Amino acid sequence: MSSFLTSRNVADVLGGITNGVIYSLVALSLVLVWRSTRILNFAQGAMAMIATYVGFAVLAPTTSYWVSMAVAIVAGLLIGGLTERVIVRGLYGKPEINPVVAMVGFLLVLESVAAAIWSTGSRGLPTPFSMVDWQLNHKPVALSPFALYEIVTAVVVMTVIAGLFQFTKLGLRLRAAALAPEVSRLLGVRVGRMLTLGWMLSSAVGAVTAVLVASNYFTGLTPTAMDGVFAFGFIAAAIGGLDSPVGALLSGIALGVILQFVGDYLNSNAIILVALGMLVVSLMVRPNGVFTRSAQRRV
Amino acid sequence: MIRVDGLSVSYGAVQALRDVSFEAQTGTITAVLGANGAGKTTLLRTISGLVAPRSGSIALDEATLTGMRTEDIVRRGVGHVPEGRGVIAEFTVEENLRLGAMISSVPLRDGLAQQYEWFPVLGERRKQAAATLSGGERQMLAMARALIAQPTVLLLDEPSLGLAPLVTAQLMHTVAELCTTTGLTVILVEQNAKSALRIASRAVVLYLGRVVADDVAAVVAQDDQLRQYYLGMVK
Repeated sequence: MSSFLTSRNVADVLGGITNGVIYSLVALSLVLVWRSTRILNFAQGAMAMIATYVGFAVLAPTTSYWVSMAVAIVAGLLIGGLTERVIVRGLYGKPEINPVVAMVGFLLVLESVAAAIWSTGSRGLPTPFSMVDWQLNHKPVALSPFALYEIVTAVVVMTVIAGLFQFTKLGLRLRAAALAPEVSRLLGVRVGRMLTLGWMLSSAVGAVTAVLVASNYFTGLTPTAMDGVFAFGFIAAAIGGLDSPVGALLSGIALGVILQFVGDYLNSNAIILVALGMLVVSLMVRPNGVFTRSAQRRV
Repeated sequence: MIRVDGLSVSYGAVQALRDVSFEAQTGTITAVLGANGAGKTTLLRTISGLVAPRSGSIALDEATLTGMRTEDIVRRGVGHVPEGRGVIAEFTVEENLRLGAMISSVPLRDGLAQQYEWFPVLGERRKQAAATLSGGERQMLAMARALIAQPTVLLLDEPSLGLAPLVTAQLMHTVAELCTTTGLTVILVEQNAKSALRIASRAVVLYLGRVVADDVAAVVAQDDQLRQYYLGMVK
């Protein structure tokens, strides 16, 4: 048993899951706004990065990681809401290329602004839990308290989001506004408010993700810290289907595990190549995503 | 009472409604009849604020609805069952109803019980996705979802479209009953003039966006010229 837990393959699976939950969170964040507003938020990672900088601005006075996390989440909510009201609202119903250009532009603006304010140097953020792997019979298991914290946080975030959408009145309105905006208005749902709220939730999920990424001292926080994570999260969302939160979760974890094996058995340079290859193949075979049930929306 | 006064609506260069005026009295059914493209759907969409008029006004009792947002008009008691039914196919029957009940002051449980009493088939299928319902059941769901909000005015857009005559008759009977028992005001848009005229007390006939007749339903039903030229009914 103990040799199994410390074996190379189990190590790859555990390491893959740890990376994968981060991709799942990014994918979930993208799915939340795609479902309601049909906009691919290319600035998702950058918005989350800004929220994290804001959160860690309070680190010095309070010295609490958890207060910083809370502030980052609140900043994420505000950034998401403001983005929807100020930038995104004017893009609804426009040709598909408009939001793409606008969101890529917004990404570049945010990264430049962050560099101007906080410089491009990496900030090591405090790690609330040890990143040293647990040991079993003097052999390391590829799981550290920090990795477990990442996984648990991701599970909590997803459970909260799923519970909100599935079991609350607000969730019913959020889903209705996304599926059938005009019908929802005819039932008294304030659709504009629901769309803003969807962006706020998405951005808050992003903020939690970015705090996790930044508290890993191998990455730290830089204006471009989320670029790589965003790319993998985007691939996970595209493979899982941009309409499917469950697909986002599963394909994020699957992607993490597969890429961990690729890096271990092949070559770490092959990781991005394999990820893009998977994206291309999945777009050819199932363009609407592996987990999307129906190709067409019916109302 | 709904009062429409001098209402004009344009889609770009196309004028959909021209100077339309009429009243729908409380507790009665007013049928709005006319051929395809007469402006019937546009009229309902303008009343519920989905389309902005170029000129004219709409009032519910003493309150002006023109310029208000759809969400606020609905919250004032104007229910709208859109053409093509508009049930949310991905939702279960009960989720559709719960969504409709959100702006109602009646407790959800009572509201649901009332609708399941009026439309028993919805009670039997409450856990099913609306996508699995037949056309008639979807129409009932759309109607129940509007009624559960306790509206004082109900705008019905082609409820008989695609339904078997017997189902249509049943629905019309339910609507007529609600008007007498609850004082509901109904504006009923129909291409199927015959079934609408049977239950309506007044009828407004639209032709190319203009009111060409506004009279007691029985009179419109007897007017050969109207029936032939505007309603496409053969004697």
